[in-house]
Amino acid sequence: MNSAGKIIEVKDMVKKFGQFVANDHLTFDVYRGEIFGFLGANGAGKTTAIKILCGLSLPTSGEIKVAGYDVYTGREQIKTRIGYMSQKFSLYEDLTVKENIRYYAGIYGLPRREINIKTKTLLERLNICNIANTLVREIPLGWKQKLAFSVAVFHDPELVFLDEPTGGVDPIARRQFWELIYEATGHGITVFVTTHYMDEAEYCHRVSIMSEGKISALDTPENLKKQYHANDINEVFVKIARNN
Amino acid sequence: MISISNISKTFGQIAALSNITLEIPAKQIFGFIGPDGAGKTTLFRLITTLMVPDSGAILVNGFDTVKEYRRIRMFTGYMPGRFSLYMDLTVEENLNFYATIFGTTLEKNYHLIKSVYSHIEPFRKRLAGKLSGGMKQKLALSCALIHNPEILVLDEPTTGVDAVSRKEFWELLHELKQKGMTIVVSTPYMDEAAKCDTIALVHKGRLLETDKPGKITGSFKEHLFAVSGENQFRLINDLRNYQPGVSAYLFGQAIHLSFNTKPDINHLKMHLAKSGHGDVKVEPIMPSVEDCFISSMTSSGNH
Repeated sequence: MNSAGKIIEVKDMVKKFGQFVANDHLTFDVYRGEIFGFLGANGAGKTTAIKILCGLSLPTSGEIKVAGYDVYTGREQIKTRIGYMSQKFSLYEDLTVKENIRYYAGIYGLPRREINIKTKTLLERLNICNIANTLVREIPLGWKQKLAFSVAVFHDPELVFLDEPTGGVDPIARRQFWELIYEATGHGITVFVTTHYMDEAEYCHRVSIMSEGKISALDTPENLKKQYHANDINEVFVKIARNN
Repeated sequence: MISISNISKTFGQIAALSNITLEIPAKQIFGFIGPDGAGKTTLFRLITTLMVPDSGAILVNGFDTVKEYRRIRMFTGYMPGRFSLYMDLTVEENLNFYATIFGTTLEKNYHLIKSVYSHIEPFRKRLAGKLSGGMKQKLALSCALIHNPEILVLDEPTTGVDAVSRKEFWELLHELKQKGMTIVVSTPYMDEAAKCDTIALVHKGRLLETDKPGKITGSFKEHLFAVSGENQFRLINDLRNYQPGVSAYLFGQAIHLSFNTKPDINHLKMHLAKSGHGDVKVEPIMPSVEDCFISSMTSSGNH
């Protein structure tokens, strides 16, 4: 994509659970600064792959580097250089907005002075100063999601993993969330994202589609549509998944 | 038929449903379309007699959901949003359990669930907890169908499910409708609205609109265009600043731009060229249900 280099390098990644091959020789790269869409049917092996890339689980075999570190030996270094957000769990409902920020920033070892300054900037930027001391459980889902993303990138990681970040939010909040992602990539962060909303796949620079443990397609949305003679990514997705 | 009159339901400070009135005709697929927090689940729990409204009444095939709940439960199938079968029973055991509750057996009603159940039948000895998301969903639907209900209520059956399984699931619903079943379904995916006969757009406990999908998109008042160019993010900001009365939202490969009054597109193109957007395409388009939803949300001041 550009000369800035690769932030994720995956060569022949295999992950087996007993007899079951969840990841079957995956090979792909993610470049710095890109929005990389990681799509696939339920059970295709996406979550397994993400866990390995985040340093949470070891692969059975393969050569994998994330942010320059090997997933076999550098898992702790990887964790400090990435951010992670999922729809299912991201913030503590029984902590306030401010407490959540402080908690996550503390885990990543940010000094208190820096946390205070950055918290103020963040609250102002999201225009949520008035709810800084409100419990997260009491704020609308759309705001929660924007906050969860901002918390995931609070320690300025090089790379952020977003696992179905927009599930369930209203159509306006969903779009505002993607504008937040665009803005963040403007500052140089790399985004690795999964979604079931196929229109969101169009916002990615490149998209990979997994099916039964393998990567069946990987290209820009434009090229995929041409290659599969499809009007949109939804059609591409259905064609690939039905073929397998 | 389900008649919902002036239904309100509050939880503490939160009004989950505010004065909802609508009719769900028999033998249709009726879709409730709206994001989380719209009140879909609360409404479904009221319809299925699992909850009592603060005010108002619901009649299901003429029976009152509060006074005659036992009658309603006999002919209603309900698939809750959260998977709620027994994880430590097998597929077959779950089905037998539900069949027994309704005084029937799997053998007797096999024909009713065959089209759904055949997909998971090879795994009938597997624990429900060990099934994939798509398979769990088919098991839950099988259990909701085992007593041959007249009315089937499905709470977000396709949430978190991939695009292909979603497509298959809707095909199954259409088969059931052909058999004469009334299907009430909710979804956060706006593109699924087109698969329903009638839809209700709901947001924050209120009904925005109820009609056939085609009627809703047909009554869209604004002038809508698809705009696409090199840098979508910069383009959307420039479009929003173009003139008052415009709104611009990302819609996959293009930005949807709407005007209150008929715009001068040549003027817009010149304006964009001046702002450094080289190759910009602007085409008039028909609105989707999602365009209508966004428009109703903003005009009702609900956002």
